[in-house]
Amino acid sequence: MSGLDIWMRENPLAYVWLGSYAVAFFIFTIEIAMVRHKRKITLQQVRLMREAEDEARDDKFGGND
Amino acid sequence: MAINWFKYSAPTTFYGLAGKLIPWFAFSSAILFVVGLYIGFAVAPADYQQGEFYRIIFIHVPSSILSMFLYLVMAGYAALGLIFNTRLSAMMATAIAPTGALFAFISLWTGALWGKPMWGAWWVWDARLTSELILLFLYLGFIALHASIDDPRRADRASALLAIVGSVNVPIIYFSVQWWNTLHQGSTIKFSGTSMHVAMQQAMFITLAACWLYAIAVVLARVRSIILERERNTTWITELPEVRS
Repeated sequence: MSGLDIWMRENPLAYVWLGSYAVAFFIFTIEIAMVRHKRKITLQQVRLMREAEDEARDDKFGGND
Repeated sequence: MAINWFKYSAPTTFYGLAGKLIPWFAFSSAILFVVGLYIGFAVAPADYQQGEFYRIIFIHVPSSILSMFLYLVMAGYAALGLIFNTRLSAMMATAIAPTGALFAFISLWTGALWGKPMWGAWWVWDARLTSELILLFLYLGFIALHASIDDPRRADRASALLAIVGSVNVPIIYFSVQWWNTLHQGSTIKFSGTSMHVAMQQAMFITLAACWLYAIAVVLARVRSIILERERNTTWITELPEVRS
């Protein structure tokens, strides 16, 4: 029997919590962080595009005056 | 009051609706996780054969169910997008894939953790385990194929075909324990009844609901980013308050 086998049989609840629930909730946290980051980046890109369009429009109308 | 559901199949209206629903799903999911895990760890008794190790099922079973069901939902959306050429369907399929892949991974991971003390092995090439691993690869294949094609509409069509063909794997996973002589146990909960303790059933169903609500919240949040990205050249996106601020 390896050290891990002995440990898991002596501490089954710690094995279950750390091995499965902690890992699952860590994965959920990473996923939430990635989704939030993606939204932040996408919003920044859309805002930049909008600003660039506004500037281009201002330049165009400014040139006509 | 009749609700026109077709109205919400357009990204324009769905974007706002999804934004309003996300906090409700996320909050309900967090509450249900707390309640489900409390019942699962503090109320439900230890199993007479498996001891405390059986408590892995409160995350393993919901993850496995969701990994299969999300695949079918993803394939359904992909098929809708392919047949009717609807924009939102393809976006939904793309948004579901990463969450489905994560649930498939959690299912395999927690299954391995249960297998070691119960079977004496982290992994066996059993029909149930192998078909679930194939499901994970199908999700990863869908994500990789979609990301490898620059034109989003072409990417949608190519990955939709993969999703539809791959859906044949879901019934194989579900019925594998009946069709083949597998090490993995069959369903404990059947229509005819169950031998499970009531508290174990309650914990499992509550965590299943929590995982469902979590998946819906994350998928809605992801699809909002996809809508923003794909519709960025339209007027309605540039007029959104979050874009104007």
